[in-house]
Amino acid sequence: MLSLLVFLPLVAAVVLAAVPRLGDAVARWLWLGVAAVEVVLVGVAWAGFTTPAPGRLALDQQVEWIPGVRSSYHVGVDGLSLPLVAMTAVVFLACAVYSLKEARRPRLHAALLLFLQSVSIGLFVSADLILFFVFFDLSIVAMYFLTAGWGHANAARSALQFFLYTFLGSLALLVGFIGLYVYADPHTFDMLELIAAKPLAGHGLAAGLVLAAILLGLAVKTPTVPFHTWLPPAHTDASSVGSAVLAAVLLKMGTYGFVRIAMPMLPEAWRAWAWVILVVGIVSVLYGALVALAQSNIKRMVAYTSVNHMGYVVMAVGAAGLVAGDAAQARGIAVTGAVTEMVSHGLITAALFLLVGTLHQRAGTYEMAEFGGLARTAPKLAGLFAVGAFASLGLPALSGFIAEFQIFTGSIAVAPVTAIALLGILITAALFLLSLQRIFTGELRGRSFGFADLHPREVWAGGILLGLSLLIGVYPAPLLAVIEPAATAVVTLLGR
Amino acid sequence: MTSVAPQGLPAVFQQSTIDYLAILPLLIVFGVAIVGVLVEAFVPRDRRHMVQAGLAVVGLLAAFVAVIVAAKHQGLTMGITDGASDRRLFALAIDGPALFMQGTILLLGVLGVLTMAERLGGVGPDAFTPSGASTPGSPFETNASRAGALTSEVFPLTMFAIFGMILFPTTNDLIGMFVALEVLSLPLYILSGLARRRRLLSQEASLKYFLLGAFSSAFFLFGSALLYGYSGSFVLGDISKAISTGPIEMNGLLVPGAFLVFVGLLFKVAAVPFHAWTPDVYQGAPTPVTGFMAACTKAAAFGAILRLAYVGLDTGRWEWTNALVVIALLTMVVGSVLSVTQTDMKRLLAYSSIAHAGFVLVGVLAFDSKGVGAVLFYVATYGFAIIAAFAIISLVRQNGGEATHLSQWAGLGKRYPLVAGAFAFLMLAFAGIPATSGFMAKFAVFSAAVGTGGATGTVLVVVGVLCSAITVFVYARVIVLMYFGDPPGDTGDAANAVEVVVPSVTTTFSIAIGTVITLALGVVPSALLDLADRASQFVR
Repeated sequence: MLSLLVFLPLVAAVVLAAVPRLGDAVARWLWLGVAAVEVVLVGVAWAGFTTPAPGRLALDQQVEWIPGVRSSYHVGVDGLSLPLVAMTAVVFLACAVYSLKEARRPRLHAALLLFLQSVSIGLFVSADLILFFVFFDLSIVAMYFLTAGWGHANAARSALQFFLYTFLGSLALLVGFIGLYVYADPHTFDMLELIAAKPLAGHGLAAGLVLAAILLGLAVKTPTVPFHTWLPPAHTDASSVGSAVLAAVLLKMGTYGFVRIAMPMLPEAWRAWAWVILVVGIVSVLYGALVALAQSNIKRMVAYTSVNHMGYVVMAVGAAGLVAGDAAQARGIAVTGAVTEMVSHGLITAALFLLVGTLHQRAGTYEMAEFGGLARTAPKLAGLFAVGAFASLGLPALSGFIAEFQIFTGSIAVAPVTAIALLGILITAALFLLSLQRIFTGELRGRSFGFADLHPREVWAGGILLGLSLLIGVYPAPLLAVIEPAATAVVTLLGR
Repeated sequence: MTSVAPQGLPAVFQQSTIDYLAILPLLIVFGVAIVGVLVEAFVPRDRRHMVQAGLAVVGLLAAFVAVIVAAKHQGLTMGITDGASDRRLFALAIDGPALFMQGTILLLGVLGVLTMAERLGGVGPDAFTPSGASTPGSPFETNASRAGALTSEVFPLTMFAIFGMILFPTTNDLIGMFVALEVLSLPLYILSGLARRRRLLSQEASLKYFLLGAFSSAFFLFGSALLYGYSGSFVLGDISKAISTGPIEMNGLLVPGAFLVFVGLLFKVAAVPFHAWTPDVYQGAPTPVTGFMAACTKAAAFGAILRLAYVGLDTGRWEWTNALVVIALLTMVVGSVLSVTQTDMKRLLAYSSIAHAGFVLVGVLAFDSKGVGAVLFYVATYGFAIIAAFAIISLVRQNGGEATHLSQWAGLGKRYPLVAGAFAFLMLAFAGIPATSGFMAKFAVFSAAVGTGGATGTVLVVVGVLCSAITVFVYARVIVLMYFGDPPGDTGDAANAVEVVVPSVTTTFSIAIGTVITLALGVVPSALLDLADRASQFVR
């Protein structure tokens, strides 16, 4: 089941890349078809999902791969990964809908995104460190080609910077993985065995170094301050679909690594370093928000809000490591909030990037100063963007609120200092309202004249994502029912 | 200073035991090389090329089959066990590492020969000059090509080189090792001077390679003499025993002896600071020969280094390990940093091969059977990738000559998507991106080094990882150039444009095989990894 989910897009990608005679139209519709099938498959998996026993995964499947180093093709899902798999499938479906009119090499574009989808889902379901790493790196390669080939302005340069920066991070991650392998007895790369074994318990310095290597690798990908500098240029120059996938899916690979690998495998070291992680989180929240406020380029602004939102996640997982008294429940809420935030941010930011992309596509610029009063010529865009903006700043009844509310409830209970990060929400609210005001209200100005409103496929693409965000905001119970047991399990593992 | 009496031969004559099945691969390759010389003399000119190429390929494949047979006949051979002193005086060691390297070299040799046999519609091999000894541009040269002289002697030369290469990791004493070193080197000196185009560059490469190679051979010989002075024997097993029992005041012979012998071998793998010849020779030599050298010489020399480090000088490890660690660090750093500034494709791959030699040395320094297995695996995967890469380079032409300058490769991906795609994939393999054999190989050596190399191993791995990151930039730049660069002087002048010539089936085959193996070993590496792991035990 999971393997089908992983390899179906890959097969489609290979077919598209290998058979040039398939026309562009066939390529677009094949991509859309596969993306839709993936969403259906995820739905089936979700319907049949029951929370696995502690130390197990649902729907798991294990095949020998490199027995010499005890690394296997091992996939499975639990409450941490299933929501992210679902979010990934939905985001790629929205991208497929959005790209129905992609004019530049649509066949290769579709093949590349199908490959990226395969890799992304593969990463979230993998239960083996080497498998995880393979998908982690392949995502960088695919994203590189997507940015360089379909971006604009300085795309080649930004893509190369993105590639080198995140690849260096991934090598640090690999060193950390090898450290886990070496200290595990017996040596293994299997995540479940490593979680059960806690390989570096009692090795103070070595555990710290291995955690540092893994954190470095994940922090670059997430990205947290001070490793975020690759993100703004990559987003600015990537295509809309590229930006959407980068922000919605690829950034989650970093934060997912925290809850899947770093926290349960290195609990002692994580607890020892929890304050550092917490502070990095708070700094990311505030710094990301403040820098976003200062942007005049709307796409850069959305990019910096990603730094801000990922800051909440990092802060929450840091707070979860502060074991004190009987705050286990609060820490569980923080982790639940972190995972919910990953899903929510994926949906909302993908929608925002797709919507913002229409500005550049029609007017050739992302500068807010070039627009004004756009709500008159493009009411649909204005409406959807407003919903996205409110969702992103954490308005109740949208998914961002559910996530951030839980993060703050959990974090403040454990470490009251995290209340500082509430300022981040305030700043985000200000910057989104400011951008709404500058672009969509007031007198018609600059490029707003003759601006064609959203095409139905663009409405659909944004609508799917924001609709789901609204659904989670109004009725979060089904999502939280899946996440909560897994989050509690992580907190228990962390307390060992 | 007490001196050790030379350990002579036993008093009574003993007939040495030879297991002919175990040395069958060596005999076949040597025999085919000799037959090749006769073919050169007696077969009519118009059929010579086909006969020579066919003979070489068939001989190599037969030798590969013989390697599989020899796997059942492992052990020491060609020598005697001295009953009185219980010394085992054997010239050859047929064991896992030796056979794995032999098999690897033979298969890589097949691909190498197939690439060299490319004629591109001409009468002889396209990459080679018909008269290597002539001054470039002289009337003598013109006459030779007008008379239709051929260069089918490259095939027997290659076979002699391969004979030396498969002998090299097999020899169990220093004299044998030296003979193998010379047998493999001499034909390569000639081959690198035979390029058809840019003859001066090629002859310069040949001369440089020869002079520096002769120096390094002399170092090796001098080191052997010192080690003989120390232990009284050339046999690796005797040296190992002598180190563990010998007096400490004799270290004045042991330490320089070990260093000098290593210098001779490290020269062949192009480790820094013995790498100076590599870029010039890789650039000047005919491109198929460069690919062949990069793949096979490295494999052979690493086989010999492994045997020397794990069988001969293992007991004296603390004397020379630190020096080798420094060399590994230097090799990785210098190789990767200098590759950044290269503007010629062949020089770029030369520096990258230096960096790769550094990564392999990290595996050698793991001092564990896992490390040996990782080295074997690395050398095999790298060989397949580099032969295919150089074969592709030999196809990119401008005005009939090879277009090796980076700027000439700009925009190649747009016009030749298949070739550029294969080359980009090989670049990703050199960079060590997952789903390529390069990743699995780096992963194997690094995990072996972290696992058993202690703190030094960890430092080596950290530096190695940083250096891989540097080289990633180099390879990514090539990919960017091919896919997103603008073709040079795109004036629509068809005669002047950079083109990819359509190769014959032989080159196509070796490129395809090299690329497919690189992919296959990246996705399902376990079969070869297992084989390398099982082949990691030396006989003593």
